[in-house]
Amino acid sequence: MSDGVAALLADTRVCVVGGSGGVGKTTTSAAIAAGMAARGLKVAVVTIDPAQRLATALGLDELGNEPHRIEPGSFADAGLLLGDGELWAMTLDPKRTFDELIEKLAPDDATREQILANRVYRELSDAIAGSQEFTAVAKLHELAQEGDWDLLVLDTPPSRNALDFLDAPDRLAAFFEGRALQTLLRGGGAGLRLIGRGTGLVLGLLKRVTGAELLSDLSDFFRLLGGLLGGFRERAAQVEELLRADGTTFLLVTSPEREPIEEAIYFRRRLRAADMALGGAIVNRVHADELGNDGALEGLPALLEAEAGLSPALAARVAAAFADEHALAQRDAANVAQLGARLGAGVPLLQVPLLDGDVHDVGGLVRLGAELFADGGGHGAK
Amino acid sequence: MPGLADKRLVFVTGKGGVGKSTVAIALGIAAARRGLRTVVAELSGQARAAETFGVAPPSGEEVRLGGDGLHAISIDMERAMEEYLHERAGRIGDVLAASRAFHAFAHATPGMRELLTIGKAWELAQDRRRVPGARPYDLAIVDAPATGHALGALRAPSTFAEIARVGPIANQGRTIDATLRDPAQTAVLAVALPEEMPVTETLALRRRLRDALGLEPAAVVVNACLPERLGPRQARTVAEALEAVPAIDVARAALRSALSEHARACGQREQVARLAEGLGAPPLELPYLFVERLDPAALATLADRLEELL
Repeated sequence: MSDGVAALLADTRVCVVGGSGGVGKTTTSAAIAAGMAARGLKVAVVTIDPAQRLATALGLDELGNEPHRIEPGSFADAGLLLGDGELWAMTLDPKRTFDELIEKLAPDDATREQILANRVYRELSDAIAGSQEFTAVAKLHELAQEGDWDLLVLDTPPSRNALDFLDAPDRLAAFFEGRALQTLLRGGGAGLRLIGRGTGLVLGLLKRVTGAELLSDLSDFFRLLGGLLGGFRERAAQVEELLRADGTTFLLVTSPEREPIEEAIYFRRRLRAADMALGGAIVNRVHADELGNDGALEGLPALLEAEAGLSPALAARVAAAFADEHALAQRDAANVAQLGARLGAGVPLLQVPLLDGDVHDVGGLVRLGAELFADGGGHGAK
Repeated sequence: MPGLADKRLVFVTGKGGVGKSTVAIALGIAAARRGLRTVVAELSGQARAAETFGVAPPSGEEVRLGGDGLHAISIDMERAMEEYLHERAGRIGDVLAASRAFHAFAHATPGMRELLTIGKAWELAQDRRRVPGARPYDLAIVDAPATGHALGALRAPSTFAEIARVGPIANQGRTIDATLRDPAQTAVLAVALPEEMPVTETLALRRRLRDALGLEPAAVVVNACLPERLGPRQARTVAEALEAVPAIDVARAALRSALSEHARACGQREQVARLAEGLGAPPLELPYLFVERLDPAALATLADRLEELL
């Protein structure tokens, strides 16, 4: 395979980058977007929670919940020429995206105003299960509909559990659908109307444990949102369709540690069950193994003294650093092999070596991009 | 001196992937060594503590790890809800807990999961336990969600109290909120890595925690710090030796490897210094462990370091 990640995205219009927290999803997404822009495409990357310096470097601090074009100058300075390509970026504001969604879907102005003014909505809308994850894909869908993008790259929300993202449409739909709930609450609020004795009983009990005011606020909240159910269901279906579409590819990002890899394997299973396409997996921060076998470690201090002229003390330290690095490289190799075996031969695996510096500015992105877009994904020594 | 041993509730939080669970479990080991009856509470279906010790707990139940007063629980929203309802309303509560309509209501209510989860963590730290027959803990360590979600969860009791104004949830919310805001009872332990983003996020967490709850992190831990094997002069010597291109491959590889580690360690030192400056005090550093997996023995070495927070 040539071109590393570019080969995985050959026919892709939408690339969703998933993985557990702390594995470099955001920087990987940005590096992929920049690299594809440098190949002449018009690319937008939607990030969720970028590092401050990266955000500043990309101009993501700017207000507005829409992509804006990145000046190619900072990338050119770091050695990446965007040429005819365009790189656009935005940071998602989940609360605002949710508000916008409500505005679009509300049947009339009065309902919209009531929802936006509802205390439960105002205080707790970011706690609606799956709302952050859902607003991310909703935004993606909007951009796919409205913009003339060659490629959209979505960085998924930081969450402990990568699966929250896949579950989000279901969880949010269930929230809207809760029929039992609507039946239950239709009797609440001002005009109490009992719908069957069982429900009335539950409602009465509920009042005792929650308090009447909370129940009334919640009842208003659910009643108001219930009016958006049709539009919402339609939107959720479109979003799902987009995620399953031919031009949509998921890329899994992981580090070579056990837990993110376990999660990546699980994520893969879920994608398959959901009939969504996995384009490949990217393993960041892999310790390179420069040592063929353990035997060479023996006698290394003496060798360093003789060959490199180091003092015995320094030779011992260098040898110790190498031995530790080697152990990590072996651990990483075993974990990556495990990942490869579990993902199956059909899933390309790109490895990015551990870089000496932190990636948090345009220079770092360009260096990371060079690894991602190198032959075979930049595996091995630099 | 954070004095975590005198608290009842410790929330361990930080950016995703910094090792919150590892620090929470290691702190639990240290606390149990101190003779404290300790529980490590995990959320969202995680059971890392139990898995580390090779115990398979039923979801939502407290389980003993090892022999010395260390316990774990993976908090389950349904269980927490049933316990709450039973304690509040006895048989009536049981009827509600069995109702499908009520479950739909609880699941759909925004913030209810956070409220119940925090409520359960609070319950673990009470002298009078809600769970029949359960003994109180000296210390409950909560392996909290990543920063943003953790703040949302910590604020859930007061948010609900405000919305409800009166009634049982309002009262309960206020009681829990008072405990969370009381530095004599509750501490937040922030975990970072010696890297740009986690350091920035830790400093932001501090500001947001102050705004949201009027709390300061009781301590900040920097996880996975590389050893400083080479001083500046030694690093120059190694670099010069590499420039002289030793003939043997493995010698070159070893020199490169030591220099690469040195470069990363230097970058880490800068970040730790930035964090210390932002905090006005040096954070507690935990060493990077060159191990294949974090088993109880590896965690015990981290517990040695964490003892000073108690």
